[in-house]
Amino acid sequence: MGLTTGIELAYLVSAALFILGIKRLGHPDTAPGGNRLAAVGMLLAIAATLLDRQIVEFGWIIIGIAIGALIGLVMARTVKMTAMPQMVAVFNGFGGAASGLVAIGEFLRIQGSGVPLEADSGVSIMAGTLIGAVTFSGSMVAYGKLEGIITGNAIQNSFIRAVSILLAVGSLGAAGYLVGLRPDLLVFFALVAAALVLGVLVVIPIGGADMPVVIALLNSYSGLAASAAGFVLENNSLIISGALVGASGLILTSIMCRAMNRSLANVLFSAFGTGVAGPSAGAVGDRVATPIEAEDTAMILGYASQVVFVPGYGLAVAQAQHKLRELGDLLLARGVQVRYCVHPVAGRMPGHMNVLLAEANVPYSELCEPEDVNPDMENIDVAVVVGANDVVNPLARDDPSSPIAGMPIIECDRAKTSIVIKRSLSPGYAGLDNPLFYKPSNRMFFGDAAEVLAKIVEEVKEL
Amino acid sequence: MTGTLLVGLYVFVLAMFVGFEIITKVPPKLHTPLMSGSNAISGISIVGALLVVGRGESPLMHWIGVAALIMATINVVGGFVVTDRMLRMFESKDAN
Repeated sequence: MGLTTGIELAYLVSAALFILGIKRLGHPDTAPGGNRLAAVGMLLAIAATLLDRQIVEFGWIIIGIAIGALIGLVMARTVKMTAMPQMVAVFNGFGGAASGLVAIGEFLRIQGSGVPLEADSGVSIMAGTLIGAVTFSGSMVAYGKLEGIITGNAIQNSFIRAVSILLAVGSLGAAGYLVGLRPDLLVFFALVAAALVLGVLVVIPIGGADMPVVIALLNSYSGLAASAAGFVLENNSLIISGALVGASGLILTSIMCRAMNRSLANVLFSAFGTGVAGPSAGAVGDRVATPIEAEDTAMILGYASQVVFVPGYGLAVAQAQHKLRELGDLLLARGVQVRYCVHPVAGRMPGHMNVLLAEANVPYSELCEPEDVNPDMENIDVAVVVGANDVVNPLARDDPSSPIAGMPIIECDRAKTSIVIKRSLSPGYAGLDNPLFYKPSNRMFFGDAAEVLAKIVEEVKEL
Repeated sequence: MTGTLLVGLYVFVLAMFVGFEIITKVPPKLHTPLMSGSNAISGISIVGALLVVGRGESPLMHWIGVAALIMATINVVGGFVVTDRMLRMFESKDAN
């Protein structure tokens, strides 16, 4: 058995470890072990690669790994849980970029050697370059939107759409030219540039509330980019791992779409969040939202028997998860039944709210999903909406013409009392007015979620 | 189409099916860790980056490889570490 066979077998083992690892990541009890198993698989793949005889230069390998590991470690250790979506977006982008660069490197190598580009490797190289570049620039835009550097609103017009189509067609044409006719360096760089711009234009039109879908989709792309790099290098380990990630990203994407009752095409192209309000927009002036202050809120909560908290993106922005838990614990100590109801698309990435609540040490037994709470909503004394909007908007249920029609919501409007903690009456990212705010059973508590919760905590202590 | 590409396609399609099969009914609690953990796995292109750097061909190739290597390593190390950090939070909480 030669060295090459040994390396191949090591790759096979690492692929098996990835499969086991991902499988375990899907179940609560086995997830930590699954992650570690996948990490071992990665270590094995790296070690095997270093034994490859093609590798003659180790100095820069050590330097590169040291720099990357240091940056990755610091980022992973110091990131705030509220900023998790941004970091996942950055990592996605880097993974895509690495795959794309591998494909680009291979193109330059073949091009430089003067050997004609074969159809097989040519197609793989083009796919790797395109997907990698789109994943990279798309993820960077997603990062910019999540970090607030780029407006979170959907920016969409027919110009962007036309340019996107043009770029997509153009880069496919360029890829065809490079593989079929001549591997021209300038055309290749034009293709890279077009793919980078395309990635920007694909994500720019998507509004903040649809970010969970985009993040999951980019996650899937980063896997497909790795697969494409695997085709370029004829390395099955990359092909398998990339396909696994591609599949898991697609599954998450579809879960997110279902939670909003929208198709993927609708999310990508429908320009949600352009601020065009629904039919009820003009009615705002006629209705009155009743405000409430800390003392009354504390009274209502302190003497309730069942309270449900509904966290949303506003909780993350205000970093109010610890205050929320403090309030929840105070109420529990008073004998109130407290639950936290998490909507699958609340926040800016899949599972965003769960991560925040876990950080604040909210026990898993107190978490629940919309379908656990909705049937029983009439018996709930107070539903407290903390920084959420669209996921509690009754229009989704009542108005078939609404853009969010049919999206499963947490029906707080059916609770005995609802209290919405929010900065203002402004519409959510879907750009829709929310009738819940004006219901007689609803009270608005205006302000930053963390400050508001802190005031309520003080008042509950006084009771 | 050569045999190598064809075998690669077989591997790809079968691996996609495996992926769809093994990830069923992921509870919402695990959506983020699943995403960041699988994201770390997509950093497998580090293998390709190692080959590009290690072959030590032209200076341009060298720097492309180094850039790919650094980004892939950030992806891999950062992804696994942050996933572990998140899962620990879930764990410690369940133990209570």
